[in-house]
Amino acid sequence: MYRSTVLVCGGTGCTSSHSEEIIEALNTQLADKGLDKEVNVVKTGCFGLCALGPIMIVYPEGSFYSMVKVDDIPEIVEEHLLKGRIVTRLLYQETVDKEDNTIKSLNETAFYKKQRRTALRNCGVINPAVIDEYIAMNGYEALGKCVTEMTPEDVVNEIKESGLRGRGGGGFPTGLKWAFAQAQPKGVKYVCCNADEGDPGAFMDRSILEGDPHALLEAMAIAGYAIGSEQGYIYVRAEYPIAVERLQIALKQAREYGLLGKNIFGSDFSFDIELRLGAGAFVCGEETALMTSIEGKRGEPRPRPPFPAVKGLFGKPTILNNVETYANIPQIILNGASWFNSVGTEKSKGTKVFALGGKIKHTGLVEVPMGTTLREIVDDIGGGVPDGRKFKAAQTGGPSGGCIPAEHFDIPIDYDNLISIGSMMGSGGLIVMDDTNCMVDIAKFFLEFTVDESCGKCTPCRLGTKRLLEKLNKITSGNATMADLDELEELCYYIKENSLCGLGQTAPNPVLSTLHYFRDEYIAHVVDKKCPAGVCKSLLQYNVDADKCRGCTACARVCPTGAISGKVKEAHVIDHSKCIKCGACMEKCKFDAISKS
Amino acid sequence: MQKKISTIPFNGTAQQEAKLREMIAQYKDDPGAVMHVLQEAQEIYGYLPIEVQTIIAEELNVPLEEVYGVSTFYAQFSLSPKGKYNISVCLGTACYVKGAAQILEKASEILGIDAEECTADSTFSLTACRCIGACGLAPVLTVNDEVYGRLTADEVPAIIEKYQS
Repeated sequence: MYRSTVLVCGGTGCTSSHSEEIIEALNTQLADKGLDKEVNVVKTGCFGLCALGPIMIVYPEGSFYSMVKVDDIPEIVEEHLLKGRIVTRLLYQETVDKEDNTIKSLNETAFYKKQRRTALRNCGVINPAVIDEYIAMNGYEALGKCVTEMTPEDVVNEIKESGLRGRGGGGFPTGLKWAFAQAQPKGVKYVCCNADEGDPGAFMDRSILEGDPHALLEAMAIAGYAIGSEQGYIYVRAEYPIAVERLQIALKQAREYGLLGKNIFGSDFSFDIELRLGAGAFVCGEETALMTSIEGKRGEPRPRPPFPAVKGLFGKPTILNNVETYANIPQIILNGASWFNSVGTEKSKGTKVFALGGKIKHTGLVEVPMGTTLREIVDDIGGGVPDGRKFKAAQTGGPSGGCIPAEHFDIPIDYDNLISIGSMMGSGGLIVMDDTNCMVDIAKFFLEFTVDESCGKCTPCRLGTKRLLEKLNKITSGNATMADLDELEELCYYIKENSLCGLGQTAPNPVLSTLHYFRDEYIAHVVDKKCPAGVCKSLLQYNVDADKCRGCTACARVCPTGAISGKVKEAHVIDHSKCIKCGACMEKCKFDAISKS
Repeated sequence: MQKKISTIPFNGTAQQEAKLREMIAQYKDDPGAVMHVLQEAQEIYGYLPIEVQTIIAEELNVPLEEVYGVSTFYAQFSLSPKGKYNISVCLGTACYVKGAAQILEKASEILGIDAEECTADSTFSLTACRCIGACGLAPVLTVNDEVYGRLTADEVPAIIEKYQS
């Protein structure tokens, strides 16, 4: 028995800010003081509040230390772990009651209060590298219940009734997908997991893989039992080394415990799982492309039907779900469909994990009931936009989604509402933008991405996205006319209607949604030749404020093209025909005399 | 994505080749081995020159065209060598809205190379990568396995300087 347990986040965010070294320092210093038998240091998965990493929590007190440095460890060990005096200075200040200096529970802080953790329930709670910790949280009980008490039909019906929809983007009812595969004649079938989180700015699947890998393995085995499959494949991004390592450990332990392999729970059901590493192709998020990639080929999609449930991996019936979808399955089996569908909106049940990023105070992972408003997520949980800036838009659905402007701040977020306002759920990336972000530039950013990632198989996507990008470049360089805006829109609809797979069909969404909500910004670029946010370089102009300029000549000396002239102690001027808009002068000026417009 | 193909001559060692052939032999009968073999080959050589792809095609008994097709399809595969220090600037959305483009521009300016290129002395290479998932630290760059987060463009010179010498 340990008297104290220190949980240190070992997710990618905190590892990147040196949480491994913190664990090392803790272990050595605890050993030095002879406390290593009394205090247990556990490396967990992600706590969610990545903005404050590296994070550690000391139990039983529940003290939440944030932005911990290696140098802070001696003080925490000496004061808190040896003498029992919490180092209030280093705590996450929101957990400290300023009036009487007491500590609040983490669940009372703004970031955690409105959350409801189902898919993330074990992340940041257990050590993902130890199967016993997962089992202690009722792990593998759902699989046991399926195999020993339920028929495969019961399992599929339970999932159907729960109303669970695919969390990877499309939102297809999971139970229905399973029912299709179950209805196929007996024989070789496959269960696949899409862990190739390609959406830039989304990291919810990674956190589950890193923080609770057994939940995925258990869910896949349940799926195998339900559809009559003995083999699963996890297609995981090679860019997620920590996730890959923990999956390997989890697989090994599950096999040792007989929870994967032959005759699970003494039944005649056998199931095993293999890992396949993806190699970085966004199109592999599309189900047919992903399966082609597992087969070791170029990950190009193919037309549907036949749907994978009929003819999928290696030509056999296959189901494919993403990580977050699977993470909900054991909980649904254990607690029942009605427990799950009591949360959420009419057509979107349960909770959804969002990766908050961009211009927001609390970047990190949050899990909220479907139907939570954008305002609650951004302002209450996310802490709002920092630096006194103004919220401009939130981008959801990554390169397939759109931007939600402030006017829709109070819309309850679920699959159907997001589509009705021109965006989509996607995998759950939620990037906040403020008034210094140019919406045309953001549309361009996503188009550059899709042009890069278009697999090239169908023409509307391969050539269409390229033409779209050219038009956007024309706009941001100030060479476009209003006719270009109309052509841009027309081309968007053409690509949407004619592309083969989801990538092409959704690629124009970032353009369409910004064009819809921020048309005035496009017009400013086209008609006034100005970028209101001051981002698009070609449209910028640097000017010297003659009243503020002291004539120190610092700007003229730093200018790489000799565009600035003026006498010492007299106001300087910028020759716009020579200026290349590098911004070096503005950085150098000590008197704030240079501005861009 | 258009891949930059290196013009630096291939100088693999006999030792590397032995390792490569031994690795391929393990996966010979595995259906769908091409991607996996390419991943391990890149571990051995650091990149995938056409000479290596030819060996893979011969040993796995698949057309070179298929191997080349796979190696040029996926972002992870590099057809040009990486420097001793590979500087990778994350251009995921979260990093982009926080100024990752300026970070990449600064690194490119200091090193005198574009993204996906390697300096003449093979010390540095520069990559523009997709989300590494450290969105809480945006904007982020990595030098080999070391992660630098919450950056501004002004901090880039000092980071690169640490590795010059």
